Amino acid sequence: MLDTPITGPIEGPEGPDHHQDHHHVSPTPIGFWIYLMSDCIIFGTLFATYAVLGGNYAGGPGPKDLFEPGLVAWETALLLISSITFGVAMLNATAHKLGSTIMWLIITVLFGAGFLAIELYEFHHLIHIGAGPDRSAFLSAFFLLVGTHGLHVTFGSIWLITLVFQLRKHGLIEANMRRLSTLSMFWHFLDLIWIGVFSFVYLVRLV
Amino acid sequence: MAEHSSHSHGTMGQLMIGFVLAVILSIIPFYLVMADVEMSRTTIIGIIMGLGAVQIIVHLVYFLHVNRSVEEGWTLAASVLAIIILCIVLAGSLWVMHNMNENMMPMPSQEQMLEMMNLQNQQG
Repeated sequence: MLDTPITGPIEGPEGPDHHQDHHHVSPTPIGFWIYLMSDCIIFGTLFATYAVLGGNYAGGPGPKDLFEPGLVAWETALLLISSITFGVAMLNATAHKLGSTIMWLIITVLFGAGFLAIELYEFHHLIHIGAGPDRSAFLSAFFLLVGTHGLHVTFGSIWLITLVFQLRKHGLIEANMRRLSTLSMFWHFLDLIWIGVFSFVYLVRLV
Repeated sequence: MAEHSSHSHGTMGQLMIGFVLAVILSIIPFYLVMADVEMSRTTIIGIIMGLGAVQIIVHLVYFLHVNRSVEEGWTLAASVLAIIILCIVLAGSLWVMHNMNENMMPMPSQEQMLEMMNLQNQQG
């Protein structure tokens, strides 16, 4: 916020000198990247928790009794495709195509919703068969890590829907472009965390 | 602003290269687990973790466009700092908790506990 005068409305009246400000583009991307890195550290600690507690079943069911790789493969596919469709939306936005940007964003949110639906089904199923987060340290760590990722996807989807309304109202103005590019980072980042989840939380424990 | 933004969004080509690589790098680990491939356990775990690490780099390069030039290197600097902290957290937790588990007194089972209580009662 301290830097707003550099990129804010003051830029205009400065007249001929304003091309100097091209070096001071909006500080939002780097600020958001630093936020993502802090998120990365949160996920890192949750991964460490899972690594430490993942073997403590308290006499309850273990990964091989509970995890279904087929479901995880579907989740992975949906999240990866949603990352690509977001990329396409971003390319359309930089090409100033409002209609197709909105269309691809809606496709993205549908894939995101598909991912969340499978995750909720899995959680519901696990709790239903008595393997909820209160069953063992392994399941607490599992629900905490995978649930935190799911919450991120949920908030990302809410952000996406909000942005669709913003775009329909104001079009591809600079503020909306900034919001789009930060959400794009957020969305790709969630896909990146999911690589760790499907490899380390699910697949490795099924070997 | 989009034209001279220092955070580029790549091209369709980059997106597709990233997509194809990510698909390949995801299918192999799922195949290894779901098709019960004949290999030693450690090898399969090693392959899964290795491919995961490669895929993270693919995502960073092709989707998130992290390189030395973005934001005059600040993105890379922030990422490197995060990775260092992550390594300390992960390696530290695993090391400390492993040592703690190693040095823990063996916990008596429920039957042993009952036996001990019976003995105490008899003595008392």
